Amino acid sequence: MCPAWTPSPSCVRDMFKNKGIAFKLVLFFTLSSAAIFAAIFSYNYLVSRGMIQKGIEENSANLITTTTSRIEVLLTSTQKVPQNAAYLLENTNYDEAELFKVIYAIVEKNPEIYGAAVAFEPYAFDKTKKYFAPYFYRNGEGISFKYLDRFYDYFQWDWYQIPRELEEPQWTEPYFGEGGGILMSSYAVPFYRVVDGTRKLTGVVVVDISLEELGKIVSSIRILKSGYGFLISKNGTFVTHPIKEHIMNETIFSIAEERKDPVLRETGRKMIRGETGYSASPVKSAVTGKSCIMTYVPIKSNGWSLGVLFPYDELMADITNLNHVVLALGITGLVLLALAVVFIARSITKPLTEMADIAGRIGTGDLEAQVPMVRTKDEVGRLALALDCMKTSLKDYIQEITDTTAARQRMESELKIARNIQMGILPKEFPPFPDRKDFDIHALTIPAREVGGDFYDFFLIDRDHLCIVVGDASGKGIPAALFMAFTKTLIKARASADIETGVLMSEVNDELSMGNPADMFITVFCAILNTVTGELRYTNGGHNPPVIIRGAGDISYLDGPGELVVGIMEGTQYTTRTLVLNPGDGLFLYTDGVTEAMNEGGEIFSTDRLKDVLATCAGGGVSEITTCVGEAVNGFCKDAPQYDDITMMALRYDGTDNENG
Amino acid sequence: MTDRGRQQGAVRKVGTGALVCLIVILMTAAGYAQPALKKIAFIPQWSPQAQFAGYYAAYEKGIYEKHGLDVKILRGGAHRPSSELLEKGEADIASIWLSTALQKRSNGVRLVNIAQVVQRSSLMLIAKKSRGIRRPEDLEGKKVGLWGDDFRIQPMAFFKKYKVTVKVVPQSYSVNLFLRDGVDAASAMWYNEYHRVLNSGINADELTSFFYSDYGLNFPEDGIYVMEETLKKDPAAACAFVNASLEGWRWAFDHPEEAINIILKYMIEANVPANKVHERWMLERMKDIIIPAGSDRAAVGVLKKEDYERVGKELKEGGLIGNVPGMDAFAFMCTGYVQK
Repeated sequence: MCPAWTPSPSCVRDMFKNKGIAFKLVLFFTLSSAAIFAAIFSYNYLVSRGMIQKGIEENSANLITTTTSRIEVLLTSTQKVPQNAAYLLENTNYDEAELFKVIYAIVEKNPEIYGAAVAFEPYAFDKTKKYFAPYFYRNGEGISFKYLDRFYDYFQWDWYQIPRELEEPQWTEPYFGEGGGILMSSYAVPFYRVVDGTRKLTGVVVVDISLEELGKIVSSIRILKSGYGFLISKNGTFVTHPIKEHIMNETIFSIAEERKDPVLRETGRKMIRGETGYSASPVKSAVTGKSCIMTYVPIKSNGWSLGVLFPYDELMADITNLNHVVLALGITGLVLLALAVVFIARSITKPLTEMADIAGRIGTGDLEAQVPMVRTKDEVGRLALALDCMKTSLKDYIQEITDTTAARQRMESELKIARNIQMGILPKEFPPFPDRKDFDIHALTIPAREVGGDFYDFFLIDRDHLCIVVGDASGKGIPAALFMAFTKTLIKARASADIETGVLMSEVNDELSMGNPADMFITVFCAILNTVTGELRYTNGGHNPPVIIRGAGDISYLDGPGELVVGIMEGTQYTTRTLVLNPGDGLFLYTDGVTEAMNEGGEIFSTDRLKDVLATCAGGGVSEITTCVGEAVNGFCKDAPQYDDITMMALRYDGTDNENG
Repeated sequence: MTDRGRQQGAVRKVGTGALVCLIVILMTAAGYAQPALKKIAFIPQWSPQAQFAGYYAAYEKGIYEKHGLDVKILRGGAHRPSSELLEKGEADIASIWLSTALQKRSNGVRLVNIAQVVQRSSLMLIAKKSRGIRRPEDLEGKKVGLWGDDFRIQPMAFFKKYKVTVKVVPQSYSVNLFLRDGVDAASAMWYNEYHRVLNSGINADELTSFFYSDYGLNFPEDGIYVMEETLKKDPAAACAFVNASLEGWRWAFDHPEEAINIILKYMIEANVPANKVHERWMLERMKDIIIPAGSDRAAVGVLKKEDYERVGKELKEGGLIGNVPGMDAFAFMCTGYVQK
């Protein structure tokens, strides 16, 4: 579980991992579609914006050219008047009356001219007058006259001083005319006279014009809804502006300072230098505060500059509207796409989810769970079929296993019975003859997992004769058990005090051979001990040779080759051999389970090792001998599995002397 | 605006001021009667601008009333020299340049400095680097725009000091001749014309600036003056005016935007071009020259002896005065008076 407040990358990945297919599909499709849409949208926007911008630029270029040429016409036509007057003053002789006529005519004939003056250098017109500057100006309907005198001190005014110092005609910065709030500008032309061979400044011809007309021209610029034009003077002062308070009070540089806009300041510097261009960055409209594209062109006559602002959003209004529609369509499309993906994903994941549940139930063993019906033949359909098939196969397989297990259990119980039979018929009480002191006997069998065919038996035929038998039937299981039981019964039935063991063996062999279609056989060692004499008659039917333990400590295998195994060939004759046991002598009988016991290294216990073991424990009682050998075998085999029954029998003859004595 | 209109405005303001005082009295629950306000007419050297922000602020914020004064700020301008109005008795108190006042005093006009508000001269010479002027020596033979009268004392001493001969061109009220390269260098007040030049599109780094105060010619400028007679008659009123005005200045420096708005209001009333950015610049520079860097804010308004002697010496050397008047008679320490 990811803590919600620490979205580490791995956590995000895990979160994503944990989400369903439907979620991933929706996310993937929606995001990739949105990315494609955004790319198309942006491209479309940029291209269409460029087109509109281009169109606007072309249109504005026309508008601006028209406007500037109208201003230029106004200014240049005004300029001509004082220029002509200056020419006249330089090249003709005139008296005061003629001068007055000229000035008066300038005002009278040129309606755009508000006032005109010819201002002379000190004492230039009249040697007695420092100030001489007749001035005619409009006053209501008429034309008034005054001298610009020492109180006005025209030498210090820009209109006089600047053309005088620069020696060229100048337009002054705009100013508010006396009395009214009319914005004016003056055009002043210096004129000269050649005195004593040098060209000497005589005075300045000046005309004042109202900037009202100019203001009208500029304010007629209307760009879309809120775009506007403005005019700045050579100093950057606003001459016309839709905001009246800006005129004469602000310069483009003070606005830039107020806005902390260095780009606007740089643009202003370019404007007053007479350059043409576009502002490097958007300019805020002083009227609406909107971001605008600003273009500027110089007014060549007076060095002023015309700026035009195009409100960006209004330029882009059409394309913005279009983009809104496109955006809305795109978003709707994305939503529909997402819904479609959700639908498809659900149709896939719903049976998948069900199948996941079913698989889980099958996993926990519920084979009756119903696999959902999927009609489609696609991957999901195939998965459903496969799941159903798997379920059926599992069911069949489990049934089979159940049946097999039952059969096996039955068999095992039968084997158990067989073992019980086998064990049940072996004498198990020790000492078997507690009242007999002349001999002692002890037997031990360690059965293997499967029922083997080992058996042993001992019984008194009469008071003086003890019969002992050790055998090992071929094969395993019930047949071996039965064969062994049969053999044991036959031997017991036929044993008598005077019978030769070879005869006994032959008779048993015949009986077994007759009804033995399966060709089973058994190795048998059978001996009859005369407990009085110690004489032991014996016959070895293919069994492992027993070991004689002489009281003197001499241990040896019973000599003589083993004869044919019993039960294989009818009519086989067996020989009876004889051996005399002295009191204290013993006999150790065993099956191949002892000598052929195998350890983990694949080594067998062997007859030699058996002999060595017996040498160490022969001194003890019979039960000690069997236990001793059993432990030796166990110690040898360790954890290696026991393949065959291990059967041992130890007999010790003590002789009748003990009983008598 | 007509004179009558202005008077009505003044009456209305006095009324408002009185009301404010009344409220103050009621609020402080002072137990004694408020004495009648003393009428004082004050004339600044020029039309309203941030150069006089402290006085207009003191007036607008009721500081004069608080000091027991009913002040009327007269309209100054080019044709109404403040020293003449003071001399004629049209104004009780005037803002006058130290150099102007010294000449007047030397000529027998018994005016007295009761506060030296501006400590540092803001008169300067500006030149375009593009015209090759970077050091005072570069001015040799150049056309230099100079204002008349008292504005020429420092430049002339400056030229003399650097042994340069310049072609003096009388400078008008605008800097247009300089902007159009009609002169190579022009006079400027740091708080005014210098910024106008910047706001005409010239960058500061394109200009060479010579501050006379940096060349051993620091002439403290605006000071508060009163006729000796008036001062003797009511020193308390004169000093109340000084203290209120300095308080007005401190308020203006602490509330620059509000002070600028007050000034702009008076500028619009006077029908002079009003530009907020320019007035802000001017107020900031006024702070720089009234409380020069490193000086004590509390010591504002004191005429320093060394400043007085420097100006006197330069005036005498320039032949503008015969003898330097004694400072004791010329300057009156209001701070000391109030403490008594």
